[in-house]
Amino acid sequence: MYNIDVKDLNFYYGDFHALKDITMSIQENSVTAFIGPSGCGKSTFLRLFNRMNDLIPDIKMTGEVNIDGRNIYAKDILVDELRKEVGMVFQKPNPFPKSIFENVAYGLRVNGEKNKKVIEERVVESLKGAALWEEVKDKLKKSAFELSGGQQQRLCIARALAIAPKIILMDEPASALDPLSTLKIEELIFQLKKDYTIVIVTHNMQQAARVSDKTAFFYLGELIEYDFTEKIFTNPSKESTQNYITGRFG
Amino acid sequence: MRKKMFRGRKYFIEALWEGLLKISGSVTSIIIILIVLFLFSEGLGLFKKDVIEEGYVLAVNKDNPIKDLNSQQIKDVFDVKIESWKELGVDVKDDKIILLRLDDIPNYVPEEEIAEDMSNLDTIINNIIEANPGMIAFVPRDFTQKGFNAKILDLGTINLKEFVTGKEWFPTAHPAAQFGVMPIVLGTLWVSLGAILFALPFGLAVAIYSAELANKRVHKILKPVIELLAGIPSVVYGFFGLIVIVPLIQKAFNLDVGETGLAGSIVLAIMALPTIITIAEDALRSTPRAMKEASLALGANKWQTILKVTIPYSISGITAGVVLGIGRAIGETMAVLMVTGNAAVIPHTLLEPVRTIPATIAAELGEAPKGGAHYEALFILGCILFIITLIINLVVEYISYKNKNKVA
Repeated sequence: MYNIDVKDLNFYYGDFHALKDITMSIQENSVTAFIGPSGCGKSTFLRLFNRMNDLIPDIKMTGEVNIDGRNIYAKDILVDELRKEVGMVFQKPNPFPKSIFENVAYGLRVNGEKNKKVIEERVVESLKGAALWEEVKDKLKKSAFELSGGQQQRLCIARALAIAPKIILMDEPASALDPLSTLKIEELIFQLKKDYTIVIVTHNMQQAARVSDKTAFFYLGELIEYDFTEKIFTNPSKESTQNYITGRFG
Repeated sequence: MRKKMFRGRKYFIEALWEGLLKISGSVTSIIIILIVLFLFSEGLGLFKKDVIEEGYVLAVNKDNPIKDLNSQQIKDVFDVKIESWKELGVDVKDDKIILLRLDDIPNYVPEEEIAEDMSNLDTIINNIIEANPGMIAFVPRDFTQKGFNAKILDLGTINLKEFVTGKEWFPTAHPAAQFGVMPIVLGTLWVSLGAILFALPFGLAVAIYSAELANKRVHKILKPVIELLAGIPSVVYGFFGLIVIVPLIQKAFNLDVGETGLAGSIVLAIMALPTIITIAEDALRSTPRAMKEASLALGANKWQTILKVTIPYSISGITAGVVLGIGRAIGETMAVLMVTGNAAVIPHTLLEPVRTIPATIAAELGEAPKGGAHYEALFILGCILFIITLIINLVVEYISYKNKNKVA
């Protein structure tokens, strides 16, 4: 049973053919890393899974993206509902200008949860899940902007966890963070794997090697190679993959 | 050698430019400061002016214990609204107040006697007052010199308290002009407040639509139209208000006159809309895409995102737009002058005629003699307007300062 199943996907920004004939399946409760040079389409591909690209004008798509066996681009899909199942963490920490508590509670509130007790429980649970609870438990009412960059990013992860998604998409979640914060995020990803399907876009080879089970290498809108991480990094079958991971281009 | 010359020339041109910019900067600042100083120096003379018309005095019988009268009392006495001395808090043998103006003198003394010797007028007036214990006389100071021993009231000068709290604006009243700014200031605030109540929901709605919902093509048409709205001369708005809105209000509320505060509010609301829309829209657009994406990624729909993220994020910009809109409304002259009816009465509802500060200045400055109390009172009104708009601008500064800190 695959959690995400992509078939013959083509994607265009206006005339620009950004993703070319991609077919791939991503397994449940695993971490999949997308690597590739800038502009190769890996972020675009990731953002297809929660239909974040819908916001961009002038796009065209063919093919299917199935999540849990349903085509998420079918007409009867409610985008808001889809996004509750597929959470997302962005490249730069983007907490709301609200308190720490309200940041995590936001997703619950917009989904109609009114019971204060339930919200409180979920917030605590999510902050614990994002390994942030110990650091913020005494200042939940403080502004989220008072946290450090790494803490803010974990807050964003907690915020994504709060609505209990099945899949979490991470778009270069550690690229704006220092090594120590990066390490914490990576440990967290390892923890979260048990309960969630995680797809992570990264520019950092070591990070991909450390956290992921499978790795996909994208180049110029094409999926060049997709295999177990160990194999990709030790014995890739394509030459361009080899060149990229050894740092010869990109 | 040539190279050196070239360099020198270049330096000279740069210095010239720099100097020119510096001069225009300082000249502008100095002119603005001078205008403000001029406004206050012209206006503050008012508080050195006598309560009573220049060159005149109020005189009473020397047994009359009255010491002071304020301008409101003087007006009421001479309008025969106050008819007994008791009402003014003093006991006089003949309680009824008898007024004496120059025109009244023939009632007491045969005209031939006055005509015979004008220089005797002092004594004549003096005698009349002496004969009538309840009399109060409003006579030129020149006729109270020789052998005049009736009591001349020391009325003092126009004071700030009466100016601020006075309920009547009647600058041409005899013998004491009434300079109560309350009705005019309240009228101004009243009309502006009404304007903002109309303009805020509309302006915000258009701004949200234009920033968040409209597609590119609609936005391309909407934006220039709104900007065009800002460029229409205010007299045209006033004309429109007079021809369309005033009769409409008169019919709708079954009023005697349609020129009301409400008409002014509506016209001002239309005029304030472009300011509010443009600034609020810019503020809404300044919300980072990351914020909106974060909200959408958590399953919030478009509306929830607008209400809970975009508006709170841009609230200070929106407030700045609204406050600037108020600023425009408060200072607006022509359109308001045309549609509000211009009655200087303290307004109780929006359906009464009101008069605003700018309209008062525009309407009255032409007929106020330069250097007179009326003229100076109008300048003080200008000062009040200046202070109000200054406060508004400071509020905007403060809000945008806070805004800047938030983003950082």
